[in-house]
Amino acid sequence: MGSTMIEEILARSSGGESASVGDILFVRPHRILSHDNSAAILGIFKKLGGKKVWDQDRIFIALDHAVPPPDAKKAKSHTMIREFVREQGIRYFYEGGTGICHQVLPEHGHVLPGVVIFGSDSHTTTHGAFGAAGIPIGRTETASVWALGETWLRVPPTIKIELNGEMLEGVTPKDIILYVIGNITADGATYRAVEFHGPVTSKMDMSGRMTICNMAAEMGAKAAMIPFDSTTGEWLEKVTDAEYQPVLPDDNAEYERVLAIDCSEITPQVARPHKVDNVVPVSELGETRIDVALLGTCTNGRIEDLRQAAAVLEGKKISEGVRLLVYPASKRVLKEAVDEGIISILLESGAQVAIPACGPCLGAYGGVLAPGENCVSTANRNFKGRMGCKEDTGIYLASPATVAASALEGKIVSYF
Amino acid sequence: MQFRGRIWILDEDDINTDVIYPGKYTYELFSEEEMASHALEDFDSSFAENVREGDMIVAGGNFGCGSSREQAVTCLKYAGVKAVIAASFARIYYRNAINQAFYPIECPDASRYAREHAKELEKSEISLNPQNGTVAFGEKVFNFSPLTDKALEIFDAGGLVAYTKKKIG
Repeated sequence: MGSTMIEEILARSSGGESASVGDILFVRPHRILSHDNSAAILGIFKKLGGKKVWDQDRIFIALDHAVPPPDAKKAKSHTMIREFVREQGIRYFYEGGTGICHQVLPEHGHVLPGVVIFGSDSHTTTHGAFGAAGIPIGRTETASVWALGETWLRVPPTIKIELNGEMLEGVTPKDIILYVIGNITADGATYRAVEFHGPVTSKMDMSGRMTICNMAAEMGAKAAMIPFDSTTGEWLEKVTDAEYQPVLPDDNAEYERVLAIDCSEITPQVARPHKVDNVVPVSELGETRIDVALLGTCTNGRIEDLRQAAAVLEGKKISEGVRLLVYPASKRVLKEAVDEGIISILLESGAQVAIPACGPCLGAYGGVLAPGENCVSTANRNFKGRMGCKEDTGIYLASPATVAASALEGKIVSYF
Repeated sequence: MQFRGRIWILDEDDINTDVIYPGKYTYELFSEEEMASHALEDFDSSFAENVREGDMIVAGGNFGCGSSREQAVTCLKYAGVKAVIAASFARIYYRNAINQAFYPIECPDASRYAREHAKELEKSEISLNPQNGTVAFGEKVFNFSPLTDKALEIFDAGGLVAYTKKKIG
C-alpha cells in the first residue's frame, strides 16, 4: 500500500522508512514558528529548565499579533522576545512590520516541500500550500520543542478533497474554501490531514493555495497539503536556493474519505456569524449592512488579494460611514502594492492602510468593533467577540472582491 | 482515582477558544488568577464568578476549536475546573489539555445525555473516574476510552513542563 503525503512527510521527519495511520512518531521540524506569543513561550522554556535552545537556526519568530504595540505591556513582551533572541542567537527573527508570520515564513524561504513546520499558531496549516506539513501546536509544546527539538505526533488519516471543474469568473479561492468548509463542517477534518487535488487546485496560484490551506484550520485539520508542482517550484525559485525533495502522494495511497467538489457550481460565498461553517452564497444572504470592511490578514493579505480589491475599487469611493481597513500580509506585499499603484487606488477610494500585521482579526487592537457593528472581512474566523467586542456584533467572512464591493455599497454584495 | 463535582452544561457544539478566552487577553502575560477571572467570558459572563473548585464542564462536539491559545485550557484549570467532558475536542485543544494535565474526556454518550437532560442536571454532582473511563450521573453511567500511551506518560508526569524537565535531566 502506498503513502499519503502526511505519512511520507512524518516518516521522513522522524527518521523512519515509512509510517502508517495510528503510529506515534517523534517528529523533528525543519522550522518552528511563533510570534508575539514567544514572550509566554520563553517563560515556559525557562520554567521547564531550558538553558540553550536545541537549534538556534530552526527557530523562527516574527512579531505580528500586536504590531506596533498598542500599550506598554505588549511593548514589553516584544522587548523580552528581542532579548531572548539575542541571548540565544536565534537566527530567524523578524521585527514588527516585516509581516504576518505565515507570510514571512515562506517569503524568506523557510518553507520547503516535504518538510515539517511546527507553529504555535493555529493557522500554521497555511504552509501546506508548498507541499509541506504545517502542524499547529500550543505554547507549552513549543517551549518543549525549543528545548528538545522534537515532539510526538500520531499519524492521522487523510481526507482527499478534489476541486473539480472550473472556477466561474469572479469566484476566488476564498469562495471555494468557504464553500468546502460549509460542506464538510467545522469539525469535518478534526484529527485528520487533508490533501487538495483536482484541476482547480493545479491551476491555482500560490496565493490562492495559501488561502485554501490557511482556512483548512477551520475544518479542524491537523495539516492541509497541496502536492508540489511547477507552480510551487517557480514560486520557491524566487525566495530560496535551498535544495529540497518534494513529497507526492503515491497513486495507491489510502484515503479515509474522498470529497469531490464541482467548483463550476460555486458562486461568491459568505460565512455568517458566528461559525465559519455557516456558509451561504452572497446572493442568498439578504440585506446586511456593514460598518467595517477588513481587507488583508494571513488569509487574504497578499498582492493578488489587494489587486482583486483594487480592481473593484478603482475610481470609486467607499460608502459614507464605512471604514475600509487594509492590512497587507507583509512589507514585501506592501512594497509591491505601492509600486503597482494599488495603494493609491485604495487610499483614493477612502481606505485606511495599516502596517503589515494581524490587526483587528484577533480583536486585540488596530480597529476593533464597537457594540452593534457588523464587519465583512477577508480573515478566517467569525467567532462571537473575535474582533474585540461581543455585544451585538457580527463578522461575515468573504473574498477580497466581495469585501471591496461591500465597502462601496455599505452592505454585503458580491462584485459579479 | 475518582472525582466528584458539579457540572456546568454548555449546550452547544463548536465552543471556540475565543469565547473561552478572548483574543484581547491572549497577548497579556496574566497571573493564574487573572486568567481564571476571564474563563468563558464571551460564552457566559457569569461563569468565572460562580465556578467552584472541582466543577466540571459538559459540552457538545468540537470543543475548543479555533486558535491554538493555551489559556483556553489554563483559564479553566486555574478557575478550579477539573475536567471537560465533550462529544469531541478540537485537536490542538486536546493536546494543550494533555500538556497541562487537564482532563479532556471524550464521551459522546455522556455529552448527549447531559444536554438532553440539561434542565434537571445543571449544577448537579457527577463522578468521574478517568482511569477506569467512567462518568456517572447518579445511576446513569457512561464509558469512555481512558488516555493511552504518550498522552498518559505526559499526563502522569504532571504535564509537559514536568515531563520535559525530566527529559532534559
